[in-house]
Amino acid sequence: MRHLGVLARIQLSDDEVTQLTGQLDAIVDNIAKVSEVATPDVVATSHPIAMHNVFREDVVGQTLTTAQALQNAPDADGDRFRVTAILGEEQ
Amino acid sequence: MSAVKLMDYDKALELFEPVLGFEVHVELNTETKMFSDAPNPANERNHDAEPNTLIAPVDLGLPGSLPVVNETAVRSSISLGLALGCSIAESCRFARKNYFYPDLGKNYQISQYDEPIAFEGSVEVELEDGTLVTIPIERAHMEEDAGKLTHLGGATGRIQGAEYSLVDYNRAGVPLVEIVTKPIFGAEHRAPEIAKAYVATIRDIVRGLGISEARLERGNLRCDANVSLRPRGQEKLGTRTETKNVNSMRSVERAVRYEIQRQAAILADGGTITQETRHWHEDTGTTSPGRPKSDADDYRYFPEPDLLPVQPARELVEALRAELPEQPVARRRRLKADWGFGDIEFQGVVNAGLLDEVEATIAAGTTPDAARKWWTGEISRIANAEERDAASLISPENVAALQKLVDAGTLTDKLARQVLEGVIAGEGAPQEVVDARGLAVVSDDGALIAAIDEALAAQPDVLAKIQDGKVQAAGAVIGAVMKAMKGQADAARVRELILERAAQ
Amino acid sequence: MSEIIRWTAAELGAKLAAGEVSSVEATQAHLDRIAAVDDDVHAFLHVNEHALDAAAEVDRRRAEGEQLGELAGVPLAIKDVLVTTDQPSTSGSRILEGYRSPFDATVVARARAAGLVGIGKTNMDEFAMGSSTEFSAYGATHNPWDLDRIPGGSGGGSAAAVAAFEAPIALGSDTGGSIRQPAHVTGTVGIKPTYGGVSRYGAIALASSLDQVGPVSRTVLDAGLLHDVIGGHDPKDSTSLPDAWPSFAAAAREGATGQVLKGLKVGVVKELPDSGFQAGVAASFHAALTLMEAQGAEIVEISAPHFEYGVAAYYLILPAEASSNLAKFDSVRFGLRVTPDGGGTVEDVMSLTREVGFGPEVKRRIILGTYALSAGYYDAYYGSAQKVRTLIQQDFDAAFAQVDVIATPSAPTTAFKLGEKIGDPLQMYLNDLTTIPANLAGVPGISIPSGLAEEDGLPVGIQFLAPAREDARLYRVGAALETLLVDAWGGPLLDRAPVLGGTR
Repeated sequence: MRHLGVLARIQLSDDEVTQLTGQLDAIVDNIAKVSEVATPDVVATSHPIAMHNVFREDVVGQTLTTAQALQNAPDADGDRFRVTAILGEEQ
Repeated sequence: MSAVKLMDYDKALELFEPVLGFEVHVELNTETKMFSDAPNPANERNHDAEPNTLIAPVDLGLPGSLPVVNETAVRSSISLGLALGCSIAESCRFARKNYFYPDLGKNYQISQYDEPIAFEGSVEVELEDGTLVTIPIERAHMEEDAGKLTHLGGATGRIQGAEYSLVDYNRAGVPLVEIVTKPIFGAEHRAPEIAKAYVATIRDIVRGLGISEARLERGNLRCDANVSLRPRGQEKLGTRTETKNVNSMRSVERAVRYEIQRQAAILADGGTITQETRHWHEDTGTTSPGRPKSDADDYRYFPEPDLLPVQPARELVEALRAELPEQPVARRRRLKADWGFGDIEFQGVVNAGLLDEVEATIAAGTTPDAARKWWTGEISRIANAEERDAASLISPENVAALQKLVDAGTLTDKLARQVLEGVIAGEGAPQEVVDARGLAVVSDDGALIAAIDEALAAQPDVLAKIQDGKVQAAGAVIGAVMKAMKGQADAARVRELILERAAQ
Repeated sequence: MSEIIRWTAAELGAKLAAGEVSSVEATQAHLDRIAAVDDDVHAFLHVNEHALDAAAEVDRRRAEGEQLGELAGVPLAIKDVLVTTDQPSTSGSRILEGYRSPFDATVVARARAAGLVGIGKTNMDEFAMGSSTEFSAYGATHNPWDLDRIPGGSGGGSAAAVAAFEAPIALGSDTGGSIRQPAHVTGTVGIKPTYGGVSRYGAIALASSLDQVGPVSRTVLDAGLLHDVIGGHDPKDSTSLPDAWPSFAAAAREGATGQVLKGLKVGVVKELPDSGFQAGVAASFHAALTLMEAQGAEIVEISAPHFEYGVAAYYLILPAEASSNLAKFDSVRFGLRVTPDGGGTVEDVMSLTREVGFGPEVKRRIILGTYALSAGYYDAYYGSAQKVRTLIQQDFDAAFAQVDVIATPSAPTTAFKLGEKIGDPLQMYLNDLTTIPANLAGVPGISIPSGLAEEDGLPVGIQFLAPAREDARLYRVGAALETLLVDAWGGPLLDRAPVLGGTR
């Protein structure tokens, strides 16, 4: 459960870990029910309405101004967003 | 930092067999980004844009924003797949690669997971001595680039020790094609060379297609090198490391060589290789470990629900195939024959990565030899001295214009080199530099004669010697005249005039 | 109480066009109503301080002789899941408190262009996750029929606003029933269009493959008028259908004549027996069907054997997509930022921000979704759930081969009391039993009031489902039944709602 919290970047409290673990188990049991009918011969559907080849032309549209881009920024320095030290590495 | 032990290269290859793999990311030069209609910074016209000026809502992951696929980027990806000898998928989907990092607008990257647009190909790579190597291609898929981080407050400008970071999302969403090779066996001693040649070939291919500026130093082309070693005779593959931040051809070669040596030393000591991403440092010529792969590996891929499958029509694929330019190896063979160069001369041009430039210069009017001499001679010398790309110093048109001035007698070779320096320094086109600096060869005989008279007056016995039949004595006068004229004289004409004078 | 607020949107639109009332007057009347009752109802998170300006602008355009649409000048409440440039957008969450979008959702832009007057943003379960609006970070909304009860969710605010006459029409969103279930518990009308029928651009994403934006109203005609304004292809939403749609208002008008009921085959799902529903809900459902039969409709029992797996599949697909869609809320580019005492890395800031900024239901679903997508679990959970989707689509296909529409009660119970189910997520999830299949399959659904439950006098809704792209059929059938019911009641159901305002 803590690992899931790390993956999801949510700093779960001890209480939450306990509570969620219990609820997750119950929900997951309930959900295992889908495997009853989800047999190998059934195709998965990821989009309810089948379409394909939806594209746009390579033409510049309306770009946000820098001011608009930064208008909700919790912290910025000039024209860039600012964050505190980064622990991890780029992928 | 404790010194890292390296095994002697030849020894390493005696004991171990290197296995290579490459992931090359190509930034496409479309007008707009992969999934948004913001201007694309990887397109030449936008490359020096101010931070956060090339932004659409989806690049910042603004709530409610949605991606829409750039049709041209798809076509470019198909062309690239075909040029890599790949099959093109009948149907493929995008997938989300989920992870958190401040340079991601959405904290997921839209990529392709188990359905790449192109797969199963191969590329012929030519080494400096003409040896051909076939590199197997596993796949090429479409994805988007991340933004740029600048780390501040620490000592080194690198991420470790930085106090805070600034984020520019211009690059977020730039169209990328990721090309992944299959494991490459049999490289042996030539592994570093092959690595470099492979990257150069990819660069040539994408440039030939016109789909990317492919400038390594700008990050248009990025290479991650995977290296593993296995003891001779062992079937099982060794653990591999992935080296990133290899930003030049030179780095590719050096990084592969270094990793072989480093891993060999560890294995020979009885140690094990940590499967990790490493970072190449050009200044020290070493790699250092990044974070070991842990939870970052669980990217929780699932098909991108905001986008629909891409199903390239076979007619489109064939039309793009018909438009493919010549393969680099075939093209090189043809040019070498056309230009009449010998092996060494031709390889010199190829190895310097200046084939395109020489070709363009010849197209602008020079002879093949003249073009070659300029590019692999003076221009390369200056490029190396200034640690810049030769191609970025001067245009082929200007080189041709310069040569024309030499051919016309307006400049001597020596003067031409000065003019070259002026053009490179940004003083203008060759004729403009000649005019501004007053470097044209003086063709006014009167001025020459005046200088000759002065020189003769300073060396009175020379005239007598010449008249005596010792024509070589003119050399001293020629030298003096050339000096007085600051080189702006045609030495042959000066000699003629001296001899005429002597005959009077 | 001003009579203006009792008019339907169609009536108000007609009177505005006839010059009998101005948009400023109409808007003011609704603002007065909001001031009078919203302390009790709490439908609104934000009341638009520019509403009267917008109204005045519409009046001016009309005065200048401009031809305006049927809804021009009519006030519109907007679920806070839709981003607006002139009002904050929070999606019911603390993590977006005060957020100002630099762009309007497409449906908002279209409403503006049609002259609708945005009167405020309505309350909702946080990020549209819930069936009661109790999970709003800004406090619950109260059902105008009984202020101690829930108004449904996630779109309880829009439904309550319309039921309380604070606005004649509203925009909502429906992922698993979030428009239809609130309609059911508040005695109002709500439609979930065919997936892709209305643009999702600017709707803060919950589950991309399930979300749809739709109209919320007191009458079927009003919903049709609004649907006509907002619907249709949007190039900014790749999943939006390119179809040209017929006028839904016209379909509603046509349906009101009742002709459509003759020979109409109405399917009733065998696997949803009365025993699964509150007695009064089942009774009201059957009474409505009887009324339809009297007009020539034929009730046919159909089987949908996979509906029972719908809730389970939904609660795998939704959390999975949501966990990815909500990753963008990370304190970097917008929204809340909470820094740990003594500072921390950006990872720390992200984690603390999300811990503090998200409510318990959101966190629960993110964790569940992260789990469902994790390495090793994908096939068993998310992958399997996508298969159930296929099976449910097949159930619908088979059913629609036999019937024109499917009818179900819109939810198992009438409005339960605030606080009653909030501790038991599984119980809460069952509220969406009848509405979820339509989202999984992408087919359209409508909920219209069918009456009051005998045991508690609370509203009950009947849901109709049609094949994908047959939204107009729902308007025809819905309008036909609505006419019959209103006739039988001697007036709209909402006439019987308790009087609000002025008692506290």
